[in-house]
Amino acid sequence: MASNDTTAPERGLIALPQSVARVLVAVGAVATIASTFMSWTYTDEFPGDLTYYGSPAGLQILDLVAGIFTLLFALTLWNVRGLGWLNPSGATQPVVLASCSAFAVSWFSAIAIAVDLKGLVALDPGAYVTAVGSLIALLGALALPKPGDTFKDYVTKPDNIPPAAKIPVWGERLVITGATAAALIIFAYGIGVDPEASETFLGYLLLVVFGIWALMTAGLFDRFATLNSRHKGFATSMAFLAAALFPFVENNEHNSNLGVNILVVATVALGLNIVVGLTGLLDLGYVAFLGVGAYAAALVSGSEFSRFSGVQFPFWAAMLTGMAASLVFGVLIGAPTLRLRGDYLAIVTLGFGEIFRISVNNMDGSSGPNLTNGPNGISMIPDLNIFGFNFGSSHDVGGVTLGRFANYFLLMLIITAIVVVVFNRAADSRIGRSWIAIREDETAATAMGINGFRVKLIAFALGASLAGLAGTVSAHVGYSVNPAPYQFAGSVPPNSAFLLAAVVLGGMGTVNGPILGASLLYLLPEKLGFLREYQLLAFGLALVILMRFRPEGIVANRRRQLEFHDTGQLDIPEQALPDTTVGVTKAGA
Amino acid sequence: MTTTTAPTPVLEASGVTMRFGGLTAVRSVDLTVNSGEIVGLIGPNGAGKTTFFNCLTGLYVPTEGKVSYKGKVLPPKPHLVTSAGIARTFQNIRLFANMTVLENVLVGRHTRTKEGLWSALLRGPGFRKAEAASRERAMELLEFIGLDHKADHLSRNLPYGEQRKLEIARAMASDPGLLLLDEPTAGMNPQETRATEELVFAIRDRGIAVLVIEHDMRFIFNLSDRVACLVQGEKLVEGTSEVVQGDERVIAAYLGTPFEGAPGDEEAAEVEAAEAGAAEAAEAAEAAEASSSTSKEGTAQ
Repeated sequence: MASNDTTAPERGLIALPQSVARVLVAVGAVATIASTFMSWTYTDEFPGDLTYYGSPAGLQILDLVAGIFTLLFALTLWNVRGLGWLNPSGATQPVVLASCSAFAVSWFSAIAIAVDLKGLVALDPGAYVTAVGSLIALLGALALPKPGDTFKDYVTKPDNIPPAAKIPVWGERLVITGATAAALIIFAYGIGVDPEASETFLGYLLLVVFGIWALMTAGLFDRFATLNSRHKGFATSMAFLAAALFPFVENNEHNSNLGVNILVVATVALGLNIVVGLTGLLDLGYVAFLGVGAYAAALVSGSEFSRFSGVQFPFWAAMLTGMAASLVFGVLIGAPTLRLRGDYLAIVTLGFGEIFRISVNNMDGSSGPNLTNGPNGISMIPDLNIFGFNFGSSHDVGGVTLGRFANYFLLMLIITAIVVVVFNRAADSRIGRSWIAIREDETAATAMGINGFRVKLIAFALGASLAGLAGTVSAHVGYSVNPAPYQFAGSVPPNSAFLLAAVVLGGMGTVNGPILGASLLYLLPEKLGFLREYQLLAFGLALVILMRFRPEGIVANRRRQLEFHDTGQLDIPEQALPDTTVGVTKAGA
Repeated sequence: MTTTTAPTPVLEASGVTMRFGGLTAVRSVDLTVNSGEIVGLIGPNGAGKTTFFNCLTGLYVPTEGKVSYKGKVLPPKPHLVTSAGIARTFQNIRLFANMTVLENVLVGRHTRTKEGLWSALLRGPGFRKAEAASRERAMELLEFIGLDHKADHLSRNLPYGEQRKLEIARAMASDPGLLLLDEPTAGMNPQETRATEELVFAIRDRGIAVLVIEHDMRFIFNLSDRVACLVQGEKLVEGTSEVVQGDERVIAAYLGTPFEGAPGDEEAAEVEAAEAGAAEAAEAAEAAEASSSTSKEGTAQ
């Protein structure tokens, strides 16, 4: 901002005086905000019912948020006091991206209404106002000084972002708390979108993508990452607290069920991350370990379809049984296969994954020993009961009724927390370093005295037992287990390809990456009903696009980021590493 | 040179033979490295030096022969060789590119620490103590090679010479009794080579015996107490720098021998004379041509 006034004024894509451009952005943003209080269409046939004056709903709420977002960024251009933190370098990029979010949501809504309801007649004045307003804001933003000569400069973070001002420790913690709360609200809103209202969810996606992008180019994500690494324990506990609040915020059984399933796949993906992300072993049959855990828990659950229907282990014992079964299975598969490298290992694990599913399918007493009840699986698994707390019934906690799935959500959250701790501690240790060394160069690692086979087997076994742990809970959540979901690729998660995609997409070697990746991959098909037939196609497209533009995954490990985007020598950390942690897999930072 | 009365052998390789199918890369090589000694291993390209190294460190299982370290026969597994006390570097740098400098050295500490998965997960006081000790030792080694100020850099971002040094530090982290350096100065400029020489002497002074493969003759003859020359998989000669430098066969291996029926002195003189004559003739012809052209010009005028 200041630099633009003093130096020769750089023109934007559209030749307009700077003051006019700023006013245009602000006016456009205000118009967009105002339009959300008007009716966009005359009928309530469009999802979300956008027919009311004075009360935004559905897409209008998203547009309102986008408008406010744009307005805030526009105000930073005037050096409004108290907003400097939002755009520390006064860059153009966040303003452009913020107005893009408003533009995208507005025009997407208008077009969706027109297409869904067959014609422009379906549009009420509000829709026109929002379309024009957001267009004005976008044009104004494009008239701001160009950040560079190419299109790419509009979407990349500028280099001249000043370091954050020093604030007291409680202030920093407040920022973390606030950001976590915001993340919870955003996430809960996304999960809470009516599955029938794909339009609303698409609008939500547009807003989130552009919004996050704008915040990233403003440099706020980097600042938040530094804050997080400074208060690592606090940030992690806040994240889990926020997750624990989810069933209270989104108090609905269907959404809690979604939440449990997301946690299950996220936990399994995190276990896979040890094998793939840290040790660099491509395991294409990983879902089998989830299956082993689930079957083991089902067999000892006391279900009448279980081979051992009389046996009912308490949960802790069932959990240990599941883990132990997966561990044994992991060692059995790992011992012969881990002598192979690269592609050969991938093929063999793929084979073993299928062997598990097919064996389970046939162990029904007629074509094999009677153990798993064949394709029918083991159903009617009773609900868990820990210390008299029945997970199957509703409980009142603090005035909120937590249903069955909310109970399981909280249980699963504890297990996810355990897995996160295990991952972090294992990664930052002698054994974790040897995993990474093997990933980097196995020959050199063995020449440094690392027993490659043993260390790989430990990684494999640990990953397997963590998947087994998640499997024990998933068996109870889903009432039944059957062989169908434990395949290599399929349209319904969990399957090996899905888990692997969650790890790669989210960011290998990080904690946040696979969790985020698994949530996105689970949620998107769930909410975008119209994709049903093209789900795998869209899935593939998304993977191709992401691998082309961000090969290190959504959440980049510092190491990976340097690997894929050679930034020269710019990896000098801000401060020396603290004594307690070496930079092994600075997860999430 | 060390002045120990009775040098104790650190490494004894006897009759090491390595065959790849029909190709014998290393043929019954004997080599002894005594404690406190720097031994050089030279030979033309493809002589089997690196193959011999790989046999010593367990990356290859020798077809015949045995390798023993301080009297104990080494098992043919790289990690067991390293834990026995032989560390190595590689000809083409094989650092863990995406780990930091410090982490690279910490990986080198692997055999000298025992903390397994459980202690990593439980994080007891023993674990913290061991980690702190490892880190201290690693930082000490980084200081020794002069890279302590870059401990938090990714190793892939180091300049070439520093990567070579880091590889040495990583190898030294396993507290070896014998260090095998495979072309430590490849690609270095003269100053860096000098510095590496100093470094190797400093390593020797720490009581670590060193076996070096090198092509830089000045470097190797300055450095080594003994030099062995390997040619086509066989040890040609072994001895002090002077002995090896003066050995005709070594020179022949590097520069080639006159082949049989090669031109003798007489023939050489003849050829020279002929060449001189030819040159004279050419000069004369040129002169004649020049004069003729001037004369032509003269007549024209």
